Amino acid sequence: MKVQLQNITKIFPSRNKKSKELVTAVNDFTFTVPDGKLIGLLGPSGCGKSTTLYMISGLEKPTSGKIFFGEDDVTELPPEKRGIGLVFQNYALYPHMTVRQNILFPLQNLKGEDKLTKEQMLDHVDEVTKLVQLEQYLDRKPNQMSGGQQQRVAIARALVKMPRVLLLDEPLSNLDARLRLQTREEIRRIQRETGITTIFVTHDQEEAMSISDMIVVMKLGVIQQVGEPQEVYDNPVNLFVSKFLGTPPINVFNGRISGEKLYIGEEEIASAEGKEDMDVYVGIRPEGFIVDPNGKLTCNLESREVMGRDVSIVSNHPESANPIVRSIVDSESVFDMDAQTIKYNIKKSKMFVFNKETEERVFFEGDKLPYHLTQYLEEIKSEETQTEENTQEDNA
Amino acid sequence: MVESKHSWKAWLYLAPAIVLLLVFTVWPIINTVRMAFLDDYSGLEEVGGTVFNFGVGNFIKVVQYQRFLDCLKTTSILCIATVPISTILALLIAVALNSIKVLQKFLQTVFFLPYVTNSIAIGMVFAAMFNIVGSFLGTENELVVTAGVINNVIEFFGGTHVNWINVGSTYAANIFVMVVYIVWNALPFKILILLGGLQSINKQYYDAAKVDGTSKGRILRKITVPLLSPMLAYVVITGFIGGFKEYTSIIGIFGETMGPADASGRLNTMVGFIYDALASNKQGRASAAALILFGIILVVTLINLQVSKKKVHY
Repeated sequence: MKVQLQNITKIFPSRNKKSKELVTAVNDFTFTVPDGKLIGLLGPSGCGKSTTLYMISGLEKPTSGKIFFGEDDVTELPPEKRGIGLVFQNYALYPHMTVRQNILFPLQNLKGEDKLTKEQMLDHVDEVTKLVQLEQYLDRKPNQMSGGQQQRVAIARALVKMPRVLLLDEPLSNLDARLRLQTREEIRRIQRETGITTIFVTHDQEEAMSISDMIVVMKLGVIQQVGEPQEVYDNPVNLFVSKFLGTPPINVFNGRISGEKLYIGEEEIASAEGKEDMDVYVGIRPEGFIVDPNGKLTCNLESREVMGRDVSIVSNHPESANPIVRSIVDSESVFDMDAQTIKYNIKKSKMFVFNKETEERVFFEGDKLPYHLTQYLEEIKSEETQTEENTQEDNA
Repeated sequence: MVESKHSWKAWLYLAPAIVLLLVFTVWPIINTVRMAFLDDYSGLEEVGGTVFNFGVGNFIKVVQYQRFLDCLKTTSILCIATVPISTILALLIAVALNSIKVLQKFLQTVFFLPYVTNSIAIGMVFAAMFNIVGSFLGTENELVVTAGVINNVIEFFGGTHVNWINVGSTYAANIFVMVVYIVWNALPFKILILLGGLQSINKQYYDAAKVDGTSKGRILRKITVPLLSPMLAYVVITGFIGGFKEYTSIIGIFGETMGPADASGRLNTMVGFIYDALASNKQGRASAAALILFGIILVVTLINLQVSKKKVHY
């Protein structure tokens, strides 16, 4: 099931009754979730990602804009008529019911034509518990289970009605680090096996990058960038996206373009052919540094952290926007720990230049243009016209 | 631990509470037990120098009293009738209050008003409402005209008026009035507790139910009531305890005669019986009755707890 969001805007009245200020949680959100894909809505807290999810679920109504499931306009439909499964952040499992009763609950609500016999219901429960591998826990109460198991019960409850769309609100935030790794694989597997279009919300970029087919990065209610995780990481469109993705985070330097050359401090880093003079931020991924005694960028060496395969070098630079500059280099790189400074060469594909005022990316010659929202929207449009043409042909 | 050289300070600070508890709670309890087990104990006679024998004579006398058994019956009927009715009504009102947004605070106050109103005053108002002759008492219209609001309503809808509480009224009619009054009087506290419970239920359970298309009735039965069960158990248990101690409500409506003028004492309760015994200087008998009442409340509460252990989730 394709989920299409057209110019969705959500405005909340201010919490403070006295001020009449309105809060725009989601601003003109247009995006189409392709059928059968796992999509991560990613952004810092307060960026409107959960609100977007709840609007898709129907628990919140958009102030303006339209939502389509496939060809159906569901904007005005209540949640129960949309055919969605929703997994809440804290699972919202009914504490007084066993796992079986919890999973049965949505089925027992079915009325009229959809009504199932007791056997059919139990078959459905069996099926879905097998999927989430909880067969032996059916008679437990939620509070007798671990967080990860509760999470799977919540997913089973959301899936038992065979929803058209599965929505997950911060599915891993209540789990400890190890369970998180395990559960995200689990979510990926379940999504693959069922093929249900799945949208999940997270503030953890690693989580989103690791399992999503596509991520949507949001900031203050506005989409910043969409694309495959690796694509977005390798080719951010602005400073925010580049900073938000990646651990350890990207290193940002104050720089300038002058005379068609890019400088950090007084050191010339790269040529900037055809660019006007301006102040810029230079973002360099930690893995973008190569230790080289003849390198272009000189940093003051602080310490070295060995991580087995790699070595993390902590240094600082007067023009760095952060207190430290962290690079991750091959453990075989040779350098003198007693030296005061270290020199780096920069991998061009790991360096991004942003206009200091707009914080938008400045593309250099040879840079691949990022797969951007506009491009994405055009693709969808052309796809639609194609299908329309096809149907017209069929009709003819 | 408090160091021993400072412990006298701790005792000093505790003293006001401890002294009050000892004088007004602990000693009376001990003394009640003592008096109950001294045959035919009377405080006046003890002062006069009489020595009483230890025994269970007081208990035997009390349970052989027809008057005591009548009190027990009335108390039990009132308890069994009012606790379920008031609990269910309070639940429905609390759920309704919780689901409305407009006027919620105002209505909450309205429903809470009876709690802060003197129950004797409320009783007098109820007595006037259920009266059959009201202000016509003593006039030549006395038995023809009804003045009570309730009877007026009944007659408006074509019924015949009922003699609720006046001379010649039946026991059933009296009990009916008492049940209405006690239920009405018990509602505010229960609504308050249940509303508090409702507001502490995580809203996500309802969101989850909504996504699954759960009907309102099912949400109430399958989600709200189970999640509210600790509060419901509390309300039922305190309801029974309060019910067995019913006394002022009877006074409020029927006055000190505890019944219509031609059947005084008919609606007497256990606590009423104890007061009567005290008034006639039979402290031994009163103490025995008090211990029996304590025993009954204890048993009922234990049963309640046992039931709620099975029904109260988490």
